[in-house]
Amino acid sequence: MNKLRTGTFHTGMILLSLLWLGPVLWVVVMSTRSFDDIAAHGVGSLPRSFTLDTYRQAWTDGGELRALINSMLVTVPSVALSLGLAAMAAFALSRFRIPGRRTILLLMLAGNLLPPQILLIPVAKFSELTGLYDTLWALIAVQVGFGLGFYTFVLHGFMRDLPGEIQEAATIDGAGTAQIFTRVMLPLTRPALAALGALSFTWIFNDLLWAITVLRTDDNMPVTPALLALQGQFVSSWNVIAAGTVIAAVPTVAVFLRFQRHFVSGLALGAVK
Amino acid sequence: MTATISTTPVTPTRRRRRSARLSPLLVAFVLVPFAVESVWVFWPALQGFWFSLTRWDGMSPPTFVGVDNYVEMAGDATFRGALLNTVIWLVLFGGLSVLGGFGMALVLQKERRGVGFYRAALFTPVVFSLVVTALVWRVFYQPDGIADTLLRAVGLEHLIRPWLADPQTALYAVILPALWRQIGYVMVLFLAGLKAIDPALHEAARMDGANAWQRLRHVTIPQLKGVNAVVLSVIVIDSLRSFDIVWSLTKGGPYHSSELLSTYMYSTAFQSLRLGYASAIAVVIFVLALAVILGYLVRAFREEA
Repeated sequence: MNKLRTGTFHTGMILLSLLWLGPVLWVVVMSTRSFDDIAAHGVGSLPRSFTLDTYRQAWTDGGELRALINSMLVTVPSVALSLGLAAMAAFALSRFRIPGRRTILLLMLAGNLLPPQILLIPVAKFSELTGLYDTLWALIAVQVGFGLGFYTFVLHGFMRDLPGEIQEAATIDGAGTAQIFTRVMLPLTRPALAALGALSFTWIFNDLLWAITVLRTDDNMPVTPALLALQGQFVSSWNVIAAGTVIAAVPTVAVFLRFQRHFVSGLALGAVK
Repeated sequence: MTATISTTPVTPTRRRRRSARLSPLLVAFVLVPFAVESVWVFWPALQGFWFSLTRWDGMSPPTFVGVDNYVEMAGDATFRGALLNTVIWLVLFGGLSVLGGFGMALVLQKERRGVGFYRAALFTPVVFSLVVTALVWRVFYQPDGIADTLLRAVGLEHLIRPWLADPQTALYAVILPALWRQIGYVMVLFLAGLKAIDPALHEAARMDGANAWQRLRHVTIPQLKGVNAVVLSVIVIDSLRSFDIVWSLTKGGPYHSSELLSTYMYSTAFQSLRLGYASAIAVVIFVLALAVILGYLVRAFREEA
């Protein structure tokens, strides 16, 4: 009886996993097929060819290289800046009796809960006004501004629960506020920072809406909108589109595999807090 | 100004209140992030409300028209369709991802052989962007793609249709990939919640003769109250924000059949250049999200107290 149940469990779960991984594997395989093969047998057929030229086409002709560079130019500074600013705010708000600190914290969180639609037009107009429109700076700025509230809230919860004695001891040893922040609090907050770092990397890297709101020129587009453009450029070359899709997915998958534990605990951190 | 070191850490007793002087550094620690968010979020949000009361093409200055945009909305069939689709999206995408995610979390909560792999499999799509997800599923929906091949294999070829181009199926064909990606995410949230439940509670219920269903109903679900509230907020906010997947698969078409408020707002703003009307649609999205946002904030407020 028990064996039967275990068998049913594994059969069901293997089928379900296949439903989840199958489409992904299909695209990976398709990215290595030749155009003629897919044209002759359809995208639903089994592969009869193998080529890696698709990746070269997506990489250079399709402009994925440029797009990946743009994505990194936006994502890395955005993650670093927003986590840095959020850590500063969280530190001050959680460890000191700043007047109105609860209101400030919740106001910042509320900003992150807003539907971005209400911000799109004003943000586009504001970046035109400041001359940032269609530059990566605009995208970095809006990603930092919009993400800050949530990161501050999560880091605040984390820092608040650290024991007060550590800070008192450092104060008695003559450490100033800046030193307590950089030497004591930041190292202790590392798990939460790593979790939020992995999460925010994928969020910012995967973003589409903000990019197509503040950017216009194709050469400035990060990888997510560029992938949509690639689809228009290589209309029926499904193998090249598949290769482009794989290229666009690799960085976040790599971050996920590298920071797997942090990533999942980050999601839970946001949820249970 | 001398750099006064503030020595007022929040002590566990919380009663002692020493000098309330704040160092300029601390003030900057709060003000700089707050100012950044003000410039890019708070101020734009206020402007958004104002723009919704104007007619504006983005070139000439906006003209104040009062509530005209909202009056127009009441008679706009596309808007009503998008609103209805958003509600369908909320119920199907939101409801099914909670059910699916909770179900998978229950099935996969016990550590046993293979569970790590199954969890990872369900979670994999979460790290993909929605555009990647959309392209993966486009292959599935292509004429002669995987869906058609599968249907032919089981002799149901009469059901075959252009899934994304048929107004009858477009919305549901977009919901499916969105669900595929969301279920793993919700599962992880519930797994974290389930892990936090004291196993002694289940043991006690079992001793009292409660069966599996009763334990789920009277122990697990009440214990998950906190997680449930968070998941609910996340789902509603995510549903109202959903844009990428629709935009990459159908752009709201054909004939607005898969139009959501978010996509309608975007095309009205940046393609029709009716910025005032688009702002009004955005305000409607905000109002729909408001109850959930407030609920979330109240919870957060209580926790901070």
